[in-house]
Amino acid sequence: MSDGMKDLEKQTSPASSRPLLEVRSLKKYFPIHKGMMRKVVNYVRAVDDVSFFVREGETLALVGESGCGKTTASRCILRALAPTSGEILFREADDRVTDLSALNRRGLRRFRSQMQMIFQDPFGSLNPRMTIFEIISEPLFVNGLHSRADRTDQVADLLKLVGLRPEYMQRYPHAFSGGQRQRIGIARALALHPRLVVADEPVSALDVSVQAQVLNLMLDLQEKLHLTYLFVAHDLSVVKHISDRVCVMYVGKVVEMAATQELFQAPRHPYTAALMMAVPVPDPDQRNIIQDLPGEVASPANPPSGCYFHPRCQFAKDVCRTETPQLREISPDHFVSCHRAEELQLAGIKENKEHSN
Amino acid sequence: MSTSFKPATQPNTSSLAHEPLLRVEDLKAYFFMDEGTVRAVDGVSFDVLPGKVVGIVGESGCGKSVTMKAILQILEPSARIVSGKVTLRSRLNSQDPNSPEELVELTRLHPNSRKIRKIRGSEIALIPQEPMAAFSPVYTVGSHIIETILLHQDVSKEEARKIAIDVFRSVGISMPEQRIDAYSWELSGGLRQRAIIAMALSCNPRLLIADEPTTAIDVTTQAQILKLLRKLQQERQTSIIFITHDLGVIAQMADEVVVMYLGMVMEKGPVHQIFKQAKHPYTQALLRSIPSVQSTPRLKLPTIAGSIAHPFNRPTGCPFHPRCAHFMRGVCDANQPALTPVAEGQFVSCFLYSSETMAPVDVQTPAVASTENRQ
Repeated sequence: MSDGMKDLEKQTSPASSRPLLEVRSLKKYFPIHKGMMRKVVNYVRAVDDVSFFVREGETLALVGESGCGKTTASRCILRALAPTSGEILFREADDRVTDLSALNRRGLRRFRSQMQMIFQDPFGSLNPRMTIFEIISEPLFVNGLHSRADRTDQVADLLKLVGLRPEYMQRYPHAFSGGQRQRIGIARALALHPRLVVADEPVSALDVSVQAQVLNLMLDLQEKLHLTYLFVAHDLSVVKHISDRVCVMYVGKVVEMAATQELFQAPRHPYTAALMMAVPVPDPDQRNIIQDLPGEVASPANPPSGCYFHPRCQFAKDVCRTETPQLREISPDHFVSCHRAEELQLAGIKENKEHSN
Repeated sequence: MSTSFKPATQPNTSSLAHEPLLRVEDLKAYFFMDEGTVRAVDGVSFDVLPGKVVGIVGESGCGKSVTMKAILQILEPSARIVSGKVTLRSRLNSQDPNSPEELVELTRLHPNSRKIRKIRGSEIALIPQEPMAAFSPVYTVGSHIIETILLHQDVSKEEARKIAIDVFRSVGISMPEQRIDAYSWELSGGLRQRAIIAMALSCNPRLLIADEPTTAIDVTTQAQILKLLRKLQQERQTSIIFITHDLGVIAQMADEVVVMYLGMVMEKGPVHQIFKQAKHPYTQALLRSIPSVQSTPRLKLPTIAGSIAHPFNRPTGCPFHPRCAHFMRGVCDANQPALTPVAEGQFVSCFLYSSETMAPVDVQTPAVASTENRQ
């Protein structure tokens, strides 16, 4: 992996910004079986040599189009999936660093409460036969809080924390709207005071007018509880709004990682730039901004040679076709995997003063 | 069957280009269910001018898709058009560009009548939301399109295939001769969406209804599809009703915008007016609450309080009043505001702008301030 990652501790001296999680060369290959003997004929390289880190108290957004491996990566971190290879280094409160990828079920138990997930679909992620109290208090019960009175108190506190009334505790999920259900999902995720919260597209199933409420709540909670978010999303406007740093993925690889503002204003990878130009801006005066990227996303089962993006890249040279670029730090805290990152002048998104309140 | 158009709202009704292609007047479509009646579409009016793109924007449950289904008379069995008029300027022969026209009142037609079946596909075509569900997996995409062409045009099967290949080429599908014999599940999301658009265009409709055509696909593919739709619309001068919840897509595509909330039109007008001079508190709040790629990171967004009411539990009066920052007790919860003109082509249904109360200009400033204070 790049030197930048190893030097991380050096450059980010303040203790508050130590990495809470560091992923090194993570790979997750899914085998493709064929025939009666289920012979493995090929692999889907869903996550292919991915490295990134999340600092304590910050929000890192994993961005990319469908099939880029962002969800698979987040699931490997939570160890809902066993990675094929690579390291997942997690720092506990007492500064011990453990590689989660090597642990078995038993070994992971200690970490389960420290990493929680907020799911995409607020309708599918809550059991319709359980009351809100049962849904939120189950993790408490499992982790040794057996007194019902204590659990009731805690659930009431959690509901207040996410902006719901504690009286709602005995109701079932069907009585709530999508935004309220997502708040319940957040309350459940926070029940065990996790240090890392993985949010997989937490607002993409919500209505526009409700999205802002949930995003604001997540920002509030982060401030209050000093949470660290790994925010998986495809919507760049949402990502811009919530994250401190952004990690852009394409066909199982990280193409660029930088601070949010820097990434949006001065992208260094052609894919990042193209992705941003494709977002329709809600302003009828800026109509010609839509520029399309030719071609289709490459298949992770059969990726192109060299840089995976080269067949769609207008700047591709011979070296891009033959050599796979490595993720490297081209300016402090700005990582890019592109052979031509230094020479290219790519347009970013101008910030709209009117919108910045 | 035929009705005449009243010379209304538009000042230039003299030339045919300014005569609306489709006029929806006070359309109401309700669902009659065991649990009660859902007023999914409750008095919607708008015009679609030839060669223009009308964007219908709204959140889930606002009735934007039901409006579209009511126009085409493809409502679910539990739903019925209760009242209202949908008038289409229909060509007598859809394949002849200079064909004489007649005015058809679509709501009076039986959903299975020969006449509406002729209109569907050849005069009004639909681009559905789910490109995967729109094609049958056991037929090739080509056979769907050829079937449509044979149904509406007097051509042989070989000619129909040729037309289908041409349409495939025009929507930017490479190797159309091979792709036409592919099954929908062999195509990528972007190609499938292009094939759907090809099917919709195959009989030269004058009006396309695109129901969330880019919701299920990725941003870079979305940009390709939006660009394609805009190109086709300009080349063929097709009118489009573009239904979406994405204000970004609306800003990029629409000429006219209709903002809906719980089955009613809150505001409508030219796209610049809606985005720059929104008058209705709902439109204003919606525009302010969307995260934009152009905004500064990690700032709190102004939000709209509460959530969308359940359809069985619709608020009285203005449907937006429980969430509105300008709620006036005894006014907004008592009566439904009527659509009132506030500017050239712009209409708002809000008591803040009805003639008895104050002038709209005075209201604009406090409206902005109070919503921002709530963040």
